Amino acid sequence: MHNNSSDLIVVDQLSKYYRVANKQPGFKGTLKHFFDRKTSDVPAVTDISFKISPGEVVGFLGANGAGKTTLLKMMCGLIHPSTGFVDVGGFSPQRRQTAFLKEITLVMGQKQQLIWDLPPMDSLYVNAAVYGLSDHEAKVRINELAEMLELGEELTRPVRKLSLGQRMKSEILASLLHKPSVLFLDEPTLGLDVNAQARVRSFLSEYNKRTGATILLTSHYMADITALCPRVICIHKGKLFYDGDLDSLANSLSPSREVKVELKNPCASEQFKKYGEIQDLNDRFVCLLVSRDKLTDVVSNLLTDFDIIDLEISDPPIDQLIGELFIKGEVN
Amino acid sequence: MLEYRIEIALWALSGVLPFIMFSLWSQNDVGNSFGLNDIGLARYFLSAFLVRQFSVVWVVFSFEEDSLSGRLSPYLLQPLHPLLRYVAAHLAEQATRLPFAIAIAITFFILNPSSFWLPSLSQLFLAYLSTHFAFTIAFLLQSLVAALCFWTEKSSALERLIFVPYLFLSGLLVPLSAFPSNVLKVAMLTPFPYLINFPAKILSGMPVDIFNGFLAQILWISILVPSVNILWKLGVKRYTAMGA
Repeated sequence: MHNNSSDLIVVDQLSKYYRVANKQPGFKGTLKHFFDRKTSDVPAVTDISFKISPGEVVGFLGANGAGKTTLLKMMCGLIHPSTGFVDVGGFSPQRRQTAFLKEITLVMGQKQQLIWDLPPMDSLYVNAAVYGLSDHEAKVRINELAEMLELGEELTRPVRKLSLGQRMKSEILASLLHKPSVLFLDEPTLGLDVNAQARVRSFLSEYNKRTGATILLTSHYMADITALCPRVICIHKGKLFYDGDLDSLANSLSPSREVKVELKNPCASEQFKKYGEIQDLNDRFVCLLVSRDKLTDVVSNLLTDFDIIDLEISDPPIDQLIGELFIKGEVN
Repeated sequence: MLEYRIEIALWALSGVLPFIMFSLWSQNDVGNSFGLNDIGLARYFLSAFLVRQFSVVWVVFSFEEDSLSGRLSPYLLQPLHPLLRYVAAHLAEQATRLPFAIAIAITFFILNPSSFWLPSLSQLFLAYLSTHFAFTIAFLLQSLVAALCFWTEKSSALERLIFVPYLFLSGLLVPLSAFPSNVLKVAMLTPFPYLINFPAKILSGMPVDIFNGFLAQILWISILVPSVNILWKLGVKRYTAMGA
């Protein structure tokens, strides 16, 4: 891709408004809507700016309807922005120039580009022809990706006979056949079981390492984000409210850590109040929330003051933190 | 896969409307009022059937489904105009229809041996060419309606606006020579007579103004190509990738 700057993707003050019709319920509402249609502009993305370097893996986080998929669609050129600027590798995505389209791919969870009644292999050769790959190039590429995705005989069975996981992996194979350098992935593991999710994740990680491709990913599964994305962009109600690394986000969301203690003998709750906030106390088990700066002292004191069988320090679950973040809509 | 084979046979059989019209018009010598005897009617309607088999278009329905289900999105992001995918699907379907169309034509000749004829090579070539042009016009007309999917979610309903005049003015129900002259003059200003009537007349060996017929087909194609192109470009800007 021809881009003079070191940034592969530049998004500047990007906004998208959807015009939606408003209809009141019932017959009266239907009649009124028919003769006097009322519409309003609903903001899906508002004034978002960021830059992404080549080879980065970036996760887009946000609740349903936050605007992350709209943002992805604007970056890959599927929809036109209402206002603002987006540049991907020197191209204006919405112009959908052939050279740009050959460098990108969009994978959408369960949205099939595979022909339903035919085996994936037929669709793969159609895609190869669309992208101008020779039969030999296509064969080599299919074998390489099939090996990475652990696909074999599935490629010669009708798509409708495949499991969801097999279909999704075949979809990914079809999307990557032309060696794209920028991958837009919208919920690539949606609906897959835990094992299939893990396989897709490890494939994407491997693909990024082998090819240096830039990956932009939205997912409802935090495991996808934590496994793949060192950098996250959080969106709430169409606005960007965090852009940075995932660890810093976790730290700023939760300045405390969980200290779980298993005691030899039961103790009263009053005895633990001075060490931190008591999250849970059940017979011989205590869970305390301790601020990071006091952690070393508190652990040392606990070991001195109590007869302890086991002690565990952990971060609060990231899912829980992000869930709270979506409700709050801002980072402290 | 038996169901697919049956479906293909049903596609071919679903185009038998010209044969129904033939049996209707051949009663009581009505055909004579069109200037056609029974043999002429039989040849015309068999030709109309064959032309219809290779010019039938359904792009608006596929496009609407793909547009509403989000399947259009990956097509838009490939370096190939999405309409060309539908062209390829139509051409593949035409190839599939060919053996069934031949089988139906043979059956027709067995039932109506007096109507048997073999067109000359030049007639066959011109009929082939005009049928392809007819398909192109029909495809572009429906693509124009399909592009309205970018504005309305049910553009296939608007397809009726084309289908009704197509049915009456294309020559599928009755040869256009049966129309009163003033109606015929108006009909010839529309693209519809060039979709069935013109190629069917060439194939059946009926007298036809070949030069003006091809000229009209080329004219309609040259009007429709930029129209579809403009409407498509305007529509794509409005695309919201629904369901995707």
